[in-house]
Amino acid sequence: MVTTVTSTERVKQKTRVGVGGTPPGRNGRNGKGPGGGGDGGKKRDGAQRFSPKPYRVTLWILIAAIFMMFAAMIAAYVNLSQGEKWPPLKTPRLLWLSTGLILASSLTFEAARRSLKAGSDKGYVRWLLPTLLFGLGFLASQVFAWRELVAQGVYLATNNHSSFFYLLTGAHAVHLVVGILALVYLLLRTRRRRAETNAELRRRAAAGVVSVYWHFMDGLWLLLFLLLFVWK
Amino acid sequence: MADEMTVHEAHGAEAVHRHEPPKSFIRKYIFSLDHKVIGVQYLTLALVAVFVGMVLSILMRMSLTWPDMDWPIIGTIKPDQYLSFLTIHGTMMVFFVLTTAPQGGFGNYFLPIQIGAEDMAFPVLNMLSFWVTLVGFVFLVASFFVYEGAPIGGWTAYPPLSAIPSAGPGQGAGMNLWIISIAIFCVGSLLGALNFITTLINMRARGMSLMRMPLTCWAWFTTAVLALLAFPVLLAAGVLLYLDRNAGTSFFVPAGLFIKDIVQPHSGGSPILWQHLFWFFGHPEVYIAILPGMGATSHILSTFARKPVFGYRAMVFAIFAIGLLGFFVWGHHMFISGMSPYSAMAFSILTLSIGVPSAVKTFNWLGTLWGAKIRFTTPMLFALGFVSLFVAGGITGLVLGQTGLDLPMHDTYFVLGHFHLVMGVAAIFGMFAGIYFWFPKMFGRMMSERLGRIHFWITFIGVYSIFIPMHIMGIVGMPRRYSRFAENGQQIYGFLESLHPLVLFVTVAAVITFFIQFLFLFNLLWSLFKGKKAGNNPWEATTLEWDTTSPPPHDNFAGVHPVVYRGAYEFAVPGAPNDYIMQTEPDPAGGSSSSEVTSGNGHDGHKH
Repeated sequence: MVTTVTSTERVKQKTRVGVGGTPPGRNGRNGKGPGGGGDGGKKRDGAQRFSPKPYRVTLWILIAAIFMMFAAMIAAYVNLSQGEKWPPLKTPRLLWLSTGLILASSLTFEAARRSLKAGSDKGYVRWLLPTLLFGLGFLASQVFAWRELVAQGVYLATNNHSSFFYLLTGAHAVHLVVGILALVYLLLRTRRRRAETNAELRRRAAAGVVSVYWHFMDGLWLLLFLLLFVWK
Repeated sequence: MADEMTVHEAHGAEAVHRHEPPKSFIRKYIFSLDHKVIGVQYLTLALVAVFVGMVLSILMRMSLTWPDMDWPIIGTIKPDQYLSFLTIHGTMMVFFVLTTAPQGGFGNYFLPIQIGAEDMAFPVLNMLSFWVTLVGFVFLVASFFVYEGAPIGGWTAYPPLSAIPSAGPGQGAGMNLWIISIAIFCVGSLLGALNFITTLINMRARGMSLMRMPLTCWAWFTTAVLALLAFPVLLAAGVLLYLDRNAGTSFFVPAGLFIKDIVQPHSGGSPILWQHLFWFFGHPEVYIAILPGMGATSHILSTFARKPVFGYRAMVFAIFAIGLLGFFVWGHHMFISGMSPYSAMAFSILTLSIGVPSAVKTFNWLGTLWGAKIRFTTPMLFALGFVSLFVAGGITGLVLGQTGLDLPMHDTYFVLGHFHLVMGVAAIFGMFAGIYFWFPKMFGRMMSERLGRIHFWITFIGVYSIFIPMHIMGIVGMPRRYSRFAENGQQIYGFLESLHPLVLFVTVAAVITFFIQFLFLFNLLWSLFKGKKAGNNPWEATTLEWDTTSPPPHDNFAGVHPVVYRGAYEFAVPGAPNDYIMQTEPDPAGGSSSSEVTSGNGHDGHKH
């Protein structure tokens, strides 16, 4: 006989303790006791405390989706690279600068996040600004790399390798612009201090989420760079 | 993300707080943040889209049966017109009906309620996902009205012809609009999928553990995961195709392609690459269409059989297994592409192995029905119809999943019959079951049972009359996608001569089935205003949506946060006063007999 009812176990109604932002205790296995559900951003007992969990979950799901899109393009790249008409480009030297800049921006972002965690608003802003500058620098460096190639007469439709180069770097740049807008948003939020704890929690959640996104963009760039110019 | 945050900020601090619905008409019904309104918007969009798709299919049948007829208003249907109908019929049905209604419509409306949440995790994102989808729909319809009309390449848009604007009528502006429409649709679906997953993970009510969720929620969740991983791939493929067409790249166009006496300037691309990318999306898409129907069927069968779902856990794992395997079988759409027999063998084995979880589901449905006192309501009839169609269409899946059989049958009506039964009509029956089942909850009134039954029987017999003969045509060798088989009353292909009565029969069945849908439409509109009032729980069901008023208030549970004490399908529990126990019902304090009824065998009181 296959299990037909998942649980008819007796269930004790637990007195709810004033839990803050922590999700209700999960009592071991599923289907036992009324404490299994997630509560997300809303707490039911009095003061509703903000929970960053939905934002973090959403971000990771979003990263999975973006990764799938790039994975499809990378698969196409690998597939076509075995065909004829594949004279690989000479690596524009500026791309090394781009790579250095985006790596540096990840480091400064991490420093900013740690300062915020340690409660230092000043340190947070001090590290966030160079992150933004490095990010903009990366974009500028990419644009100059494109212009360098255009000057050599390498266009989008020149050959398949150049098509993929512009496509992948372009798609990455578009996603990085979103990251830069998010950074600007974070910086704007530091202008005004919030007394409420919820606003503070929300700010930290935003910083955490944007930093994960930023690191993902960093890692994605390294992957694309390796693919385009080392793997060939 | 800022907007979503402000939404959460709006929550008051009282222990029981109500969310007043917005007052203005525009905020309430047009740009609504309420998942229920958005769900109805999705369903309305799907209703419009299904009407367009059905009209196109009738036009195609007319052209096939009477190829040279001069029709009033539309005139003679020319072959390129036929192909553009075919393309938009497929695209419309797959994207804007089979993807939007079961997931965007019912999922949006009922997922939050069934898990006891007030709304989706990100209401603004939810609203955006609908409006983005609507823009995609407008682009697709617009392709009919541009120079040379809609594209003629089918919903799969195979390159190289789809990549060359001069390849045929409709392959210029119409094809561009088609790609843009699909790209926009991908974005809309992604926004929706993000929201579904986050909501299900974070917003479940107290006590709603994963294994207590209704199977509908599991189906919507798995569907969202599939959409999340499959649509970005289609988006990427769409971008590549768009660049090939408009920026001179050669991702999909091989060297030396000769079209209309001109050698195309592209070189180095691979048309097969598109097929891989497209079907990597395309196969999971089939499950995006069918899984919500499976969820609804399990839910409805259990409710009207008055028995728990047989093998709840097995059902959950079967949904997952189908979703997971769906990502590894895309090659079975490409057996005739010149694929290596070794790859074909691998794809074939994986494809056939989907039969295992599918059979688990089918047998569990039968197990649920076994020995039950079934209440034959309209939703139950449609759910049973779903099982029937899923089996009938799935069996031929086992035929087509074998390379040796697929090779001769692939481009015939056999495939047409197969996928229309299993993903088209079965999914539509899942939607009909859903609408008849949940209509009382959504609008507070019952739909007419009498009209519903007439609708069911004629539709049920109708769809079998349409699609079973197609299998026969396929075996005889009638090729699909051809616009006409006869010219000036003369058969072009002699061996198809004997099929003409069958072609006529299918067309008549299609027209009858088409017109009976207006009875459904009438029932829908009539019941909206004149239907019998439904109470909170007209079907005596157990899940959370039946715990609130019909229709549910703006915040779903009127400020109360439901607490869940039991699994989703507790019907016929021995010792219980009714034959069903709501999920929110606590066990009676100090009940003596209930301790013996432990997990499993809830319905027959078998003691261990």
